[in-house]
Amino acid sequence: MANFTPVSAAIGGALIGLSAVLLMLLTGRIAGVSGIFSGLLNLRSEDKGWRIAFIAGLILAPVVAGFVGHGMAAPKLPASWAVLVVAGLLVGFGSRLGGGCTSGHGICGIGRLSPRSITATIVFMATAVATVAVTRHVMGG
Amino acid sequence: MWIVAPLLCGLIFGAGLLISGMVQPDKVLNFLDVFGAWDPSLAVVMVAALAVAVPGFMLASRRSQPWLAPQYFWPGKTAIDPPLVAGAALFGIGWGLVGLCPGPALESLATLSPGVIVFVVAMAAGMVLHDTWQRSRVLAQRDRQLARADG
Repeated sequence: MANFTPVSAAIGGALIGLSAVLLMLLTGRIAGVSGIFSGLLNLRSEDKGWRIAFIAGLILAPVVAGFVGHGMAAPKLPASWAVLVVAGLLVGFGSRLGGGCTSGHGICGIGRLSPRSITATIVFMATAVATVAVTRHVMGG
Repeated sequence: MWIVAPLLCGLIFGAGLLISGMVQPDKVLNFLDVFGAWDPSLAVVMVAALAVAVPGFMLASRRSQPWLAPQYFWPGKTAIDPPLVAGAALFGIGWGLVGLCPGPALESLATLSPGVIVFVVAMAAGMVLHDTWQRSRVLAQRDRQLARADG
């Protein structure tokens, strides 16, 4: 537990919860990032304005943080583009098939005490833990 | 002016991901690595988010409409069905492979990292693939029903 950062985790988590509640109270929308983003990819959908605004805010956050001296470092990713492509496809396809991701099910859904979202969160946590166990301990990545 | 509300919510969401460290794939993977040097931070993020979200959503559900929009879009599905479980299982595998889920992936576009761009394009392709498949399934179903009605 050498890397455990409970204070920043709690502050950041509270902000994520606050964002989800504000989006619902103000605009009536669920802060599920996979749902918000996929709505932009559907050429027929007409409610693109709020989706673009939310994602613009998300991308602007590190830019604003950079202005106040807390710039974001590029994330550490696997060198293999094949892994990135496979992972991206699985995250995109799976979040659509399962109707949500870490934010939509994990925060908003559980936040509404939805059994559907609690189930989804348990399932994706389990397969994610299994995947990391295989890549880090079986294959020794 | 209403567009400021979702922009502000996106900013707060992004700030939360940044401060909590959840934009760092290795920090997420260290949470998922329960058999290694486990980092429970992501669990604290979830508990803190839910401590705000649960009472917040209760408050929202008691109001008949949002402040800036005519109606709430509460999710309608409640069934725990095979697509939910299969989709969540696939999502978890992809998440565990790289440590990125949609929020942090989109936010990380700000770093212009080529790896992030590749991941986001693949994620978008996966979403489009799913939606196209669903649409073709619905159309095929309708064709079958029409054929049956003809016969």
